Amino acid sequence: MSVYLQETPSQTAGPYVHIGLIPHQAGLEAFANPLGDTLVAPDTPGERITIEGRVLDGLAAPCRDVLVELWQASAAGRYDEPGFRGWGRTGTDFETGLWSFETVKPGPVPGRDGRVMAPHVSLWLVARGINIGLSTRMYFEGDPLNVEDPVLNMIEPAVRRSTLLGHRDQRAGATVYTFDICLQGPNETVFFDV
Amino acid sequence: MHEFFQRDRTQHPAAFTPDYKSSTLRSPRLALWSLQSSLSEIAGPVFGREELGPLDHDMILNYAKTGEPIGERTIVHGRVLDENGRGVANTLVEVWQANAGGRYRHRNDTYFAPIDPNFGGCGRMITDGEGYYIFRTVKPGAYPFRNHGNSWRPAHIHFSLFGTGFAQRLITQMYFEGDPLIPRDSILNTIADPAVRQRLVAKLDFNHSIPLDSLAYRFDIVLRGSRQIVFENRLQGA
Repeated sequence: MSVYLQETPSQTAGPYVHIGLIPHQAGLEAFANPLGDTLVAPDTPGERITIEGRVLDGLAAPCRDVLVELWQASAAGRYDEPGFRGWGRTGTDFETGLWSFETVKPGPVPGRDGRVMAPHVSLWLVARGINIGLSTRMYFEGDPLNVEDPVLNMIEPAVRRSTLLGHRDQRAGATVYTFDICLQGPNETVFFDV
Repeated sequence: MHEFFQRDRTQHPAAFTPDYKSSTLRSPRLALWSLQSSLSEIAGPVFGREELGPLDHDMILNYAKTGEPIGERTIVHGRVLDENGRGVANTLVEVWQANAGGRYRHRNDTYFAPIDPNFGGCGRMITDGEGYYIFRTVKPGAYPFRNHGNSWRPAHIHFSLFGTGFAQRLITQMYFEGDPLIPRDSILNTIADPAVRQRLVAKLDFNHSIPLDSLAYRFDIVLRGSRQIVFENRLQGA
């Protein structure tokens, strides 16, 4: 008999995941203090950005019931910065399928054996039809550190690396990174076995 | 520095499980890319007890408006552990469920069982210093869903777990011992191994029942374990 316990098996979050994790989207005012609604306070240091996108299924249709969680370092590249939890979550919109986060651009963080990882956010998706949460990363288009990032540059074939790049745009003076996640198809996003 | 044990995916559902039809268009078809733990995976969000309200773990009272919800008064408790057998202290546990009639308080749920005016259906708590959690609710009802013509979900409670690193993030469902719908459930059956499915079935815990008040069920949850990185070697040429 193994000396180890085994991880509890995953099950889909189902179509009503909103009730438990983002109850206001389900129309339920359950808790005085919802968790994960905001990443930044007015005085959070760093470059303000919006990250937004859609989650597309195997027919390239937007999935409108997905929970998206984001996990990132602070602008200083820290995961333990006081006053900045670095985590948020939201649902894709029931009509448009869009998800978005208002945040700050993370700084570079140390990777394994001391190699610097380019700025990135970790994303985790669960929904009806997704049996075990999907993990991916978004890197920032145009960041000079991308060319040396140890994760981005190990992915083969190299053409798939572009599925991890958020595309930079300016909208009414604000910086927006667009990141569509493809669950299947010719542009299937790279998902990680973390 | 530590790193997580490799996730044993034979213990989890595959992404593509056509008997659960919703998975067909939402399952990645290419191989996952294996990623060794870096700080981005071993760190994770931290939640404080003071962020939660005093009734957040009591679904009998946390949405009570005109009285208490209809249903079998039920206590669910257990321990969150890691694969090394250590309790996971101070971690956030979130739960959600249908009411006793099998209806969710959700704008997209159109099943004609009634909404219970006194039941919200979500709760949350933080484990104690040894990883134990406890909450109170009414037992959820079974309900039909559009999969096969006559598909029913057994009574279940959804669980969301964090652990200490974002790579431990897990969502699962807990079922109730003795439910005759369990063997027919297309979602539980996405897990290939029948013995593994049984790990999601909570046992009646008669000793923790409160006489003349509530039955209790016990559900322990195991998150991924980790090991210390002692030797930071790189493969030749890597």
